[in-house]
Amino acid sequence: MKEIRLSGSGGQGLITAGIILAEAAIMEGKQAIQSQSYGPEARGGSSKAEVLIDDKFIYHPKVVNPQIFLAMTQQAMDKYSHDLTPDSIVIVDEDLVPRPHGSQHMIKVPITRLSVEHLGRDLFANIIALGLLVKVTGAVSFETIQKAVAKRVPPATVAKNMEALRIGYESVQ
Amino acid sequence: MSEARLMQGNEACAEGAVAAGVRFFGGYPITPSTEIAEYMAVNLPKVGGTFIQMEDEIAGIGVVLGASLAGKKALTATSGPGFSLKQELIGYAAIAEIPVVIVNVQRMGPSTGQPTSPAQADIMQARWGTHGDHPMIALSPWTVRESFDVAIKAVNYAERFRTPVIILLDEVVGHMRERVELPQAHEIEIYPRRVPDKTKAQGYKPYTPMEDLVPNPADFGTGYRIHCTGLVHDETGFPSGSPSITEQTIERLHEKIARVQEEITHYDEFFMDDAEIAVVAFGGTARTAYAAVEAARSAGRKVGMIRIMTIWPFADSVMRNLAKRVKGILVPEMNYGQYVYEVERAAAGQAKVVSLPKYNSEVFTPDEIGQAIEELAAEVAE
Amino acid sequence: MKDYESLFRTNRLPHIWCPGCGHGIAMKALAKAIAKLDLDQDKTVIVSGIGCSSRASGYMDFDTLHTAHGRALPFATGIKLANPELNVIVITGDGDCMAIGGNHFIHAARRNIDLTVLLFNNNIYGMTGGQASPLTPVDKKATTAPYGTFDRPFNPCEVAKTAGATYIARGTAFHAAPLVDLIAQGIQNKGFSFVETLVQCPTSYGRRNKMGSAAAMLKDMSETVIPLAAYNKLSPEERNGKLPGGVLHTDIFPEYAAEYAKIITRAGGDKA
Repeated sequence: MKEIRLSGSGGQGLITAGIILAEAAIMEGKQAIQSQSYGPEARGGSSKAEVLIDDKFIYHPKVVNPQIFLAMTQQAMDKYSHDLTPDSIVIVDEDLVPRPHGSQHMIKVPITRLSVEHLGRDLFANIIALGLLVKVTGAVSFETIQKAVAKRVPPATVAKNMEALRIGYESVQ
Repeated sequence: MSEARLMQGNEACAEGAVAAGVRFFGGYPITPSTEIAEYMAVNLPKVGGTFIQMEDEIAGIGVVLGASLAGKKALTATSGPGFSLKQELIGYAAIAEIPVVIVNVQRMGPSTGQPTSPAQADIMQARWGTHGDHPMIALSPWTVRESFDVAIKAVNYAERFRTPVIILLDEVVGHMRERVELPQAHEIEIYPRRVPDKTKAQGYKPYTPMEDLVPNPADFGTGYRIHCTGLVHDETGFPSGSPSITEQTIERLHEKIARVQEEITHYDEFFMDDAEIAVVAFGGTARTAYAAVEAARSAGRKVGMIRIMTIWPFADSVMRNLAKRVKGILVPEMNYGQYVYEVERAAAGQAKVVSLPKYNSEVFTPDEIGQAIEELAAEVAE
Repeated sequence: MKDYESLFRTNRLPHIWCPGCGHGIAMKALAKAIAKLDLDQDKTVIVSGIGCSSRASGYMDFDTLHTAHGRALPFATGIKLANPELNVIVITGDGDCMAIGGNHFIHAARRNIDLTVLLFNNNIYGMTGGQASPLTPVDKKATTAPYGTFDRPFNPCEVAKTAGATYIARGTAFHAAPLVDLIAQGIQNKGFSFVETLVQCPTSYGRRNKMGSAAAMLKDMSETVIPLAAYNKLSPEERNGKLPGGVLHTDIFPEYAAEYAKIITRAGGDKA
């Protein structure tokens, strides 16, 4: 089973990214669960989304052993990393998470900066992160995640989102 | 079956209700149930139904009771604080025998509590929340797909028994999204609104019980000119101060549900064949319990599980029999210990019943339940 | 025109009201208004809350609903929206409507949903023996105001106006004949209509406040409530202790159930 946690602040689109990842897994015939927790703030505050992907029905609906942990703010990094193990892979936005911790397996990418530089705005950061997650986890194929993103986002933004996915996917080896 | 898709528990519950014929929703927004209201606002007008956001929680149930009396299958949804506020009119629905479904997506309480955190602490309130005596049907789904199915069952039971039915979702199942494949319309069985058995000229009385002890009060506007009241009433529907009518009314309200108790008690058994320990769980907690039981089985432990869907009426005979089959029963629930009291009562000392409460606003981990299974196994082995 | 007496469930009579009570006069005015408008008896629903006034629903031969205390308006809203072809009339009292049901009252008025709300205002909780209501005037005594009330009462017609009602009238049990027309006009208005009717409660209110017999209380009413036009000509000092009567306010605003029907059409549900 793949156990993935995405964290950041409300409004960064990480819950949406988690939903898209789960939908992509279902497109591939897999089982998937997405869940979230959040504070009272509609914007700001901390939020996390968790995605579980497996070939068989998933009972316990929360991450127990976080294999992949994405943090898009320092606050989220600190708040949601209590159960990381030495095997966990930590992915951070290197500009927004100056003090990453919890594991030696660290991937640092300027996710939000890439969005601003290549796509003009920071709001594609979640899709860049999604591309990055797909590359690191291999949870679904790149073709499937493209389909899943295209299905979710407003039609006028499909091209930019595809570009965002590619940027994220190619941001790591 | 339809195509597989990712769906949220609350959304599946709302979609199931509409599939079962619900055409009226009234309510007041409250976390973590609001997605149900939002689904209804979008989708009810598409099928000619009506959504209304009311001024408060009490109005939220009042308006659906009015709509139900006027012939529409009706549902409201809320969470802890709103469930408390709705209690008086839930009792009204019980005595006036108005079909209605109340969804309570349980969150951490008491009072405002932890609004976005899960709990299963309204188990006893669902049964005993109103003043006075009446039975209650409460169903608790453990998967997103079952949220859809439970909504259909709840609407059908409300209509068939003319009684309020509560869906006890919890934040875990209500807010999680998972893969579902839903049945097509023709695969769904729907219980239609009951209609009068006689004409007025034949001496129709709206509250005469039929063979199943359920009366057929006519919908408003159909020419029967009935009277509906929350006072104790006789078969005519008009108030009665008679002690014998009062006694018969309270007995009939209970008996109409008691006689179908076996039929409406839904549960699953897992790994029970040679089990010496059983975990009894429901809702989101049952998912974690399953993971723990499966792991304990792989480790050779003789442990099984009963997953309860019908919280009320309580699964008396299931639990009585269970206590004869196993040495120990573990009851994990996201509260300070509620359902366990009923299990203990039914077990009547035949098996050791152990409560595993959790009330820190977080869900159980499989390890927590696994450890409690080990402890109970060690205890009953002595 | 229909005989108004045929609109009662005679087998449910006599009513439970005290000798001298004004509720019967107000209920009769409603029956006459329905007869006058020749409403379909099978398509008219009477909804009430809890209290003396709210027992009226049981005496009238329609689909009738005696709800919980304060909750007549949410039930009535559900009935109207579920089946907009029904005429829905609400009978309520001063405690039912303006205290425990106050929130529902302002919101039903705000929506301008097509309900006709008849407030039988006897200034007291009569059924439970004379407790103060939000419409008990200052300095009047009640079992829960043994030294006289000092909290300000609502003016329900002004509340209704501020909240958005599109038809507002005030009548009294003394002016029984004009009350029929005030109610009939309210029923005809396609929107939220509110008719406050002053009624006497000699048992739980008049007696404690030394207001004399039911006849004396009716006479007081005849002097307190004067036509709106006459009231408007009075100086502020002269208005003291007087209330305007008749049709006080009308307005035009989209009706809620009709507006929701448009939503259904927009969503495509009219073809469902």
